[in-house]
Amino acid sequence: MEVIFILIAISLILAGSFLFLFFRAMKGGQFEDNHTPAIRILFENKQSNKSKKVPTPKSK
Amino acid sequence: MSKSAHIGPSTSTQNCFHCGESCKDEILHFDDKDFCCTGCKLVYEVLSENDLCNYYDIAEKPGSSQKNTSKRDNRFDYLNDEDIVRRLVDFQNEEETHITFNVPLIHCASCIWLLENLHKLNEGVVSGRVDFIKKKVQVKFKQRKISLKDLVQLLSKIGYEPTINLADADKKTVQVTDKKLIYKLAVAGFCFGNMMLFSLPEYFAEAELLGNGFKKTFNYLNVLLSLPVFFYAATDYYKSAWISVRNKAVNMDVPIAIGIVTLFSYSLYDIFLLGNEGYMDTLGGLLFFLLIGKYYQQKTYDTLSFDRDYKSYFPIAVTKLIADREEVIPLVKLHVGDLIKVRNEELIPSDSILLEGDANIDYSFVTGEEVPVIKKKGELIYAGGRQKGNAITLAVQKSPSQGYLTDLWNSEAFEKEKTKGLESLANTISGKFTFTVLFIALAALVYWISQGQVSLGVLSFTSVLIITCPCALAMSTPFTLGNTLRVLGQGKFYLKNAHAIEKLAKTDTVVFDKTGTLTSPSQARVTYVGEELSQESKALIKAMVSQSTHALSNRINTWLGETNAAGLQLVEELPGKGLRCDYKMQEIRLGSATFVGADLQDLPEGGNLVFFAIEGHVLGYFFIQSGLRNNVRQLVADISENRSIHLLSGDQDHERENLQKVFGKDVKMNFSQSPKDKLQYLKSLNEGGAYTLMVGDGLNDAGALQESHIGIAITDKVSNFSPASDAIMDASVLERLPAFLQFAKTSRKIIKASFGLSFTYNTVGVFFAVQGLVSPVFCAILMPISSISVVVFTTVTTNYLAYKRGLKDKIF
Repeated sequence: MEVIFILIAISLILAGSFLFLFFRAMKGGQFEDNHTPAIRILFENKQSNKSKKVPTPKSK
Repeated sequence: MSKSAHIGPSTSTQNCFHCGESCKDEILHFDDKDFCCTGCKLVYEVLSENDLCNYYDIAEKPGSSQKNTSKRDNRFDYLNDEDIVRRLVDFQNEEETHITFNVPLIHCASCIWLLENLHKLNEGVVSGRVDFIKKKVQVKFKQRKISLKDLVQLLSKIGYEPTINLADADKKTVQVTDKKLIYKLAVAGFCFGNMMLFSLPEYFAEAELLGNGFKKTFNYLNVLLSLPVFFYAATDYYKSAWISVRNKAVNMDVPIAIGIVTLFSYSLYDIFLLGNEGYMDTLGGLLFFLLIGKYYQQKTYDTLSFDRDYKSYFPIAVTKLIADREEVIPLVKLHVGDLIKVRNEELIPSDSILLEGDANIDYSFVTGEEVPVIKKKGELIYAGGRQKGNAITLAVQKSPSQGYLTDLWNSEAFEKEKTKGLESLANTISGKFTFTVLFIALAALVYWISQGQVSLGVLSFTSVLIITCPCALAMSTPFTLGNTLRVLGQGKFYLKNAHAIEKLAKTDTVVFDKTGTLTSPSQARVTYVGEELSQESKALIKAMVSQSTHALSNRINTWLGETNAAGLQLVEELPGKGLRCDYKMQEIRLGSATFVGADLQDLPEGGNLVFFAIEGHVLGYFFIQSGLRNNVRQLVADISENRSIHLLSGDQDHERENLQKVFGKDVKMNFSQSPKDKLQYLKSLNEGGAYTLMVGDGLNDAGALQESHIGIAITDKVSNFSPASDAIMDASVLERLPAFLQFAKTSRKIIKASFGLSFTYNTVGVFFAVQGLVSPVFCAILMPISSISVVVFTTVTTNYLAYKRGLKDKIF
C-alpha cells in the first residue's frame, strides 16, 4: 500500500500544475477577450489566390 | 459650406461596394465596382494596392461610409507632441511602441481581419490585435519606421479612425481587483477539492485498513493545503472584518472571520495535539462557497462604462489660431484668451465667445435636446456643444475644466465615495447575529465548566462558533442580488453593482430630468399652422426635408409620412437657416423666420418653428414640440403611488401647463435649472431625509446623478455615451421603471426569506453544538447542504418571480 504515497505526490503535483497553468493563462490575458478568437480562427491564411501579385513573404 | 445634392425620379439602387449604402448622390466607378463617395473608393484603392481585398470576402459590405469623415490633414498634428504621445501609449522602448486605440467602427469579421493585417499596409507595424467586444485594437509598431501620427492617419485612411479623447490621456487604471478574486477562488477550489479527497478515508470504516500512518499523513496534508486557504484566499474577510470592528460596527464579515479563525485554530489543535482529523475540509469548502458567492455577485458589462465624465467626450486637441496660422495643440495647453477654430462636427472645448462664423451648436450630449441652437457673434458659447456647419472662430473665456458645465466635476460631490446611507440588509442583522452566537458559545462554555468538564466546554464553545459560521447566511445576499442583477440586465436595465439593488429598493423620491429623459426626439409633436398644404406642396416639402439630416427636417419628414417626394434637382442646405430649392421656376424656402422673411405675430412658444415660403410669401409654419416618451403618463402615475416625483429641466417654464396636465399636481417642477442647480436640488432633497433616485441622460445631469443616492442614465443606444451613473437604462424600457423598483424590493424579501432558511440550519446546528456532539463529518455534511439549499432557493425564487411578473421570457 505504500505506493499510495507516490500516487498522492503525483496527484498533488498534477493538480498543482493545472492551477499554475490556469494562473499563467489568466496573467496572459486568455480570459479577457473570449469573443474575438472565435472569429479569428475562421480567417484563412491564404496567400491571395487572385494571382495579382507574387505572394509576399508571410510574417508570423 | 453648403451641401448640394442631386436626385431625380430615376434614383438608381446601386449599392456602394465598400460600405453597402445606396449611392444616391453620385456613383463612382472604379475597377468595375461602384462607390458612393471618394472616401469609400479611396479605401478600396488602398486595400487593393496592398492585396488586402480579402477584406471584402469575409463579410458583406464591411466598410463604413466615408461620406461624413473629415478630410483635414492637420487634425492629428497634436500627436507630434511628445507629452501627449507618452500619455497615450501603453508601453514604449527603444524599438517598439504599444498603443491601444478605441475604434468604435469595428463591427464585423472583416474589420478584425483588416486591423490584424495592418503589417501588410506598413512595414513599421508589428502587429494589430482586436478586442471585438470592447471595440479596441492594440497596435505594436516600430516608432522609427512609422510615427504615431502616421499610424493614426493610416487607420483613418482605411476607414477606421480611432477616437482619442481627453480621458485617454489620463493615467490608465487597470482593473486588478476582480482578477484577484478569481485567483483566490482558484486557490480555494484547488485546496478544497484535494482536502475532500484526503478527508474521505476518515468517513469510511474501510480506511482503517490503510493503517494509522496514512491517517496522520492525510491530516498533515490537509493542514498543508489549508495554509493557502487561510493565509491567502480568506484575506479579504479579515480585512473587511477588521475595518468594520475598528469603525465600531459589525458587518457580515465579522462572524465569518471569527468562524474561519476558530475553524483553523481548533483544527490545528485537534490534529497536532489530539491526533484527530480536524475540520480543514470544511474550512476549504466554506471559503470556496463564499468566494463563489462573491464572484457571482459581480456582473460586469463589457460594453458599458459607468464612470465616464466629460473627459471621455472632450477632444484631446484643439486648433489654435496664432496670427492667422493654425496650430493643433493639446487641450491641456489651451489658455484663457486663446483664439481657436472649431470646424463642422467638432466640439466646443471651453466656454468661449463667438468671434466669427455662423454658430449652430448641437447640445444633444449635454442637454438631450437634438435641435441645434443658433448663436450670434459676441455671444458666449458653453463648452460641450458640437458645431454643425461652417468653421467658427472663438475666443476662449475659461479653461476647459472650469467651464459652466465642466465646473460640475470640481464640486465635492465627485470627491467622496458614493456609499453614504447604505446599510445593507445583511449588515444590519449581522451585529445581533454575532452577539447572539458569542453569547450562546460562552454560555455553553460556562455551563460545561461548571459541570467540571473543561474539555467538553472548549469543544462545545468552538463547535458553536464553527457551526454558526454564517456561510449560508452570507451567501443568500450575493446570490439573490446576482440573480436580480442578471434579470434586470435582461430587461435592458444595467446596474453598476449589486449594491445598487438595495439602494433601488429604498428609494422614496424619484427625480426626472425632462429633455431627453421624459421627452424623446422620436416622439415629436408636429402641428402645421397656415394655409392648407396641397398635395404638391407636401410632396415638395417631403423632397426637401428628406435631403437634410437636421433634427427638425427629420421630424417634419416623419410627420409627412408616406407622401411621395417630388422630383427636385437641387436642394441647398444653409446651416442654421434652412433649406432652399427651385421648383417650377419658383424659389421655395423652408426654415427659420429670418430666413424666409416671415413677420408673424402671436407665434406659439415652447417649441421650434419652421416656416414654409414660396417666392417670399409665407404659407404657414410647422410648430414642433418635443413629445413625451411612450407611456410616460402611466410611468408617473405608477411611481407616484408610493413615491414623490420631482422634475428638473434646463428649459424655460413655458411647458409647465402642458406637463402639469400629464403629471398631475403632485409633481414638483423646477425649470431653468443649470447643471449646478440640479446638483444642489438633489443635495437639499437628501439633506431633507429623502432617499433619492435621479433619472437623467445628458452631461448636464451628471452632478445630480452623482449626488443622488442612485443615479440612472437613460440612453437610446446602450453603447452610446452616457454620463457616470449607478445604472444605465435603455430608453425603451423606461416605462418599466416601476416594475424594476418593485422587483428590487422583492429581492430584499427573498433575501429575508433565505435568512430564515439559514437560521433554521443554524438552530439545528447549535442544538447539537452546545452538547458537544458536532463531529467533522457532521460539519462536512451540514455546511454544503445548507449553502447549496440556500443558493437553490434564492436562484429559483428570484427567477420564478421575475418570470411571473413578465421581466423574463422563461424561468431559466
